[in-house]
Amino acid sequence: MKILVPVKRVVDKDIKIRVKADSSGVELANVKMSMNPFDEIAVEEAIRLKEAGKATEIIAVSIGPQQAGETIRTALAMGADRGILVKAEPPIEPLAVAKILKAIVEAEQPGLVIMGKQAIDDDCNQTGQMLAALLDWPQGTFASKLVIEGGDILVTREVDGGLQTVKLKGPAIVTTDLRLNEPRYASLPNIMKAKKKPIDEKTPDAYGVETKPRLEVLKTVEPPSRKAGVKVGSVAELVGKLKNEAGVL
Amino acid sequence: MPTLLVAEHDNKVLKDATHKAVTAAQGLASEIHVLVAGQNCRPVADAAAKLDGVAKVLLADGAPYEHQLAEPMAALIVSLAGPYEAIVAPATTAGKNYLPRVAALLDVMQISDISKVVGSDTFERLIYAGNAVQTVRSRDAKKVITVRTAAFQAAGEGGAAPVETVSAASDPGISAFVGEELSKSDRPELTSAKVIISGGRAMQSRENFTKYIEPVADKLGAAVGASRAAVDAGYAPNDWQVGQTGKVVAPELYIAVGISGAIQHLAGMKDSKVIVAINKDEEAPIFQVADYGLVADLYQALPELEQELGKLGR
Repeated sequence: MKILVPVKRVVDKDIKIRVKADSSGVELANVKMSMNPFDEIAVEEAIRLKEAGKATEIIAVSIGPQQAGETIRTALAMGADRGILVKAEPPIEPLAVAKILKAIVEAEQPGLVIMGKQAIDDDCNQTGQMLAALLDWPQGTFASKLVIEGGDILVTREVDGGLQTVKLKGPAIVTTDLRLNEPRYASLPNIMKAKKKPIDEKTPDAYGVETKPRLEVLKTVEPPSRKAGVKVGSVAELVGKLKNEAGVL
Repeated sequence: MPTLLVAEHDNKVLKDATHKAVTAAQGLASEIHVLVAGQNCRPVADAAAKLDGVAKVLLADGAPYEHQLAEPMAALIVSLAGPYEAIVAPATTAGKNYLPRVAALLDVMQISDISKVVGSDTFERLIYAGNAVQTVRSRDAKKVITVRTAAFQAAGEGGAAPVETVSAASDPGISAFVGEELSKSDRPELTSAKVIISGGRAMQSRENFTKYIEPVADKLGAAVGASRAAVDAGYAPNDWQVGQTGKVVAPELYIAVGISGAIQHLAGMKDSKVIVAINKDEEAPIFQVADYGLVADLYQALPELEQELGKLGR
């Protein structure tokens, strides 16, 4: 079984982003970019399934600028077998990404697509569900555990009240939550080997997908900031202030 | 054209997330119809009928909807979508699961997790874990929207809308519910609690949550939360996690204990009315957003807090 893993290039999770002064967006020039952390978890899960003999080949896909090729290269260094780079200028919305991925799925015929539950830039949490809808496949979102049992895929999901387990008739889409696994670091020999692994380059046109955004971003601003309050000297003073000043007790 | 709002419930009780999503939907200035899809969930439909601003309740009662799995839910919502200009759901794990599926089937780009309705096609939403606010205008004919419930007040209950039964759509039959492990607790739910007390990595163990946090929570009638660090370390269950990738909350009073204040966590609680931070590191970033900060060792401060609250007759 092939596994397809879409990976997105985003601002590194440890970078504090800056909103542009003219409200036109978030500053991306000269900012460290990395693979979306939820996608790293997806790559790791695919590799573990391959190591367990449940998968034969892992294909990493990224849709974005030329540099998204580096994100694919990271997935290859972790252990993916080959890559597909669909070159398109951001922003490309989840719906367009899902349409491109659908075309790739139809061409590659994977038995499973594993992807991050959301990207940490736009925080949309949509692409996996949309891809599942377009393919008419079942979806196991926010996964903290994934088990393949014959043709079925058992997914334990992190839901508001706790955990829920669903059984999906494969092929299926699984989106990862934080506690599915801890992604590995690529070793130096594997980084060297990854340089020789093939990456196909495509365009959205090749898949007949229109990427013009449906949402118009009118402005992007800093969130209202909260001012630091006062330090209190004791628990008794704290309780007094909460009761008499803030009126919340 | 009316708005279809999908209710959040557990087949018995209508969840507060629905009340808040109704308030958001009122900003769209059109008639609101609430869809209650579940099994043996008539009481939920009756509760939804009482919500202020709701013109009609649609009840889809059937086995495929018992656990609100995304595949049958999306098929049902799409089958009803025709006359609606907007389809809205709270951004709970259930809404986040089925609504993008609906959007794709309708060829609509969803607007996720809105925090403000600016106009019928224009919304504010947070990006980059709450570090930027985007204003977006939808160009789609239909709008598909999930609502950040913490950003809206709950709608009141004074209405008496009619309840209409709608027939089930065909179940795609590609997914099945196997089981669930739900946390059992007498405490209020995190997303609707008026008071929350959360612990961080400094709690050091699950036992310390029980021994130090929970007695104070009981005195306050509070829900218990945790930082991602505490959840990752196994000190607290995943559904206690407050933060951008966990639950987003906005209680009257939020008490952060032994939480340093990572951006990820702040994104999930900084809209709380009053924030208290208890931390022994006076440089902790949490103090920059706290209304009241107490630099203290939590193992001394929490028992004292329990005692002081006791003096108030709590």
